[in-house]
Amino acid sequence: MANVSTTVAAGVAPASGGDRTRTLHRAIFIGLALMLAVAPFLVYPVFLMKVLCFALFACAFNLLLGFGGLMSFGHAAYFGMASYVSAHAAKVWGLTPELAILAGTAVAMVLGAVFGALAVRRKGIYFAMVTLALAQMVYFLSVQAPFTGGEDGIQAVPRGRLLGLISFADDRVLYYFVMAVFMGGLLLIYRVIHSPFGQVCKAIRENEPRAISLGYRPLHYKLAMFVLSAGLAGLAGATKAIVFQLASLTDVHWSMSGEPVLMTLIGGIGTVFGPIAGALVVVSMQNYLAHLGAWVTVVQGGIFILAVLIFREGIVGFIAGRLKQQL
Amino acid sequence: MPMAMSDDIILATEGLTKDFKGFTAVDDVTLRVRRGSIHALIGPNGAGKTTCFNLLTKFLEPTRGTITYNGRNITATKPTDVARLGMVRSFQISAVFPHMSVMENVRIALQKKRGESFDFWRSERTLDTLDDEVRNLVGAVGLGDFVAAKAVELPYGRKRALEIATTLALDPEMLLLDEPMAGMGHEDVERIAALIRRIAANRTILMVEHNLSVVASLSDTITVLARGRVLAQGDYATVSKDPRVIEAYIGAGHG
Ligand SMILES: Nc1ncnc2c1ncn2[C@@H]1O[C@H](COP(=O)(O)OP(=O)(O)OP(=O)(O)O)[C@@H](O)[C@H]1O
Ligand SMILES: [Mg+2]
Repeated sequence: MANVSTTVAAGVAPASGGDRTRTLHRAIFIGLALMLAVAPFLVYPVFLMKVLCFALFACAFNLLLGFGGLMSFGHAAYFGMASYVSAHAAKVWGLTPELAILAGTAVAMVLGAVFGALAVRRKGIYFAMVTLALAQMVYFLSVQAPFTGGEDGIQAVPRGRLLGLISFADDRVLYYFVMAVFMGGLLLIYRVIHSPFGQVCKAIRENEPRAISLGYRPLHYKLAMFVLSAGLAGLAGATKAIVFQLASLTDVHWSMSGEPVLMTLIGGIGTVFGPIAGALVVVSMQNYLAHLGAWVTVVQGGIFILAVLIFREGIVGFIAGRLKQQL
Repeated sequence: MPMAMSDDIILATEGLTKDFKGFTAVDDVTLRVRRGSIHALIGPNGAGKTTCFNLLTKFLEPTRGTITYNGRNITATKPTDVARLGMVRSFQISAVFPHMSVMENVRIALQKKRGESFDFWRSERTLDTLDDEVRNLVGAVGLGDFVAAKAVELPYGRKRALEIATTLALDPEMLLLDEPMAGMGHEDVERIAALIRRIAANRTILMVEHNLSVVASLSDTITVLARGRVLAQGDYATVSKDPRVIEAYIGAGHG
């Protein structure tokens, strides 16, 4: 598995090296926030919101894969279920958007805790298969259950007013809310990676028997990572439902589980910022190549194969390698 | 219990046996490790020493037999919990966290003292308070100049030293070292031997080692294993004169 730390120059003193990396990352975070702040004046805000929702989704997936060492192929379950719950909460219960999103996120975390508990005992491809199978169950339930609206989904979800005060009718106002959600999610992920918890997860990923022999329980850490990742994927899905005023079967379909995989591969597994770049590339492709119809899938497939075969570290992974810096 | 176990036995096994699909790797081993001693487990290749360690630390389930640690039956205990009870092992194949720095490797073990580390919301800088202790441990095994190096970049002998520092960081009551000096140069062997002697002052060490001069100079008691069975037990002088031991070593040498 691509591991960012291998690309870091050897022999850098930890203190100064750590500080330099931290300063660089802080600069990237600030730069990103500034770019996002001016972006809606240059680009269509709804497109930007789509990119941000998928970027958060991909970052959540990458947290589990790149930093937890677990390859999930069922993240649509958390994204989609949160999307349904958030849409239902806003439309049927009349909750304000932020509460609807929180409800969706909470359900995704609970679902993640249950599915994670079943999956984390498995390794490698078996883990991926279990997550896929469980996500398929969620899909079939969504087809059957009345509350999801079946083929129609939940449509015309009200965007509502933030805290019951600020109307989200204007795309640009909603955009800044989505941006705040995204930046918050990204900062949380960054913190998780660079926390005492993140250190133990890294150790488990590197050498599980050794971590056990030091008294750690890998399953507990993997499960915690899984719940965090599911929750963040849910946050993305729940926010998406409010933005597009729609939750549908597409959100829980297995191909939705493939989106963050593709985005993460393109951007760079195990990099903090890679999935964002990957999401930008994939969503742009889907939008601007939409006139190609079914060919979009073929083009996407082709890029996927190219990414796996030649461009293994992904866009950001490649840049990180050149700069000899963790990104 | 068949015999009254006195307080000064920290680790004991009764009839410990491990079958691998009809092949018996560890056969009816009864072991007594005295508290505070350095106890060596020696024997030709394939004698079952590593398997024994795996059984004691519960990385493998025994087919038969019991293990008692500090008066507590740990035969059914999980490996994580064995570590938590104070018996920590090293591995024959160097077990480090390869893409973490020397500093981070040792810190992971020290982190255990905080209890669990589920605090994903805290900065890793909260761990900086452990830095002094890390430096002490790293210095003690002669890795003072390598704190920032990635474990994977260290030569083999230094990886072993790092592993010992990591194990020591847990301040375990009992250490199981599987060939701690294999692959080390002469100087490193000296340093690690001195370190083992030093740390044995207030703990118990059970170690597998092929370097017989190290075994002779360090250990209080030696258990010789061959084909899974205990061949002889006692101090170096006794064991080295035992004809069965001599035969087993020579036999293995020509096998
Ligand atoms: N998981 C296993 N499955 C089957 N056989 C095994 C397994 N582990 C060990 N063995 C066998 O058990 C015997 C004892 O192996 P073990 O590794 O304990 O020997 P050892 O005394 O540590 O040898 P060495 O000095 O070479 O490290 C060997 O014949 C080995 O092939
Ligand atoms: Mg061995």
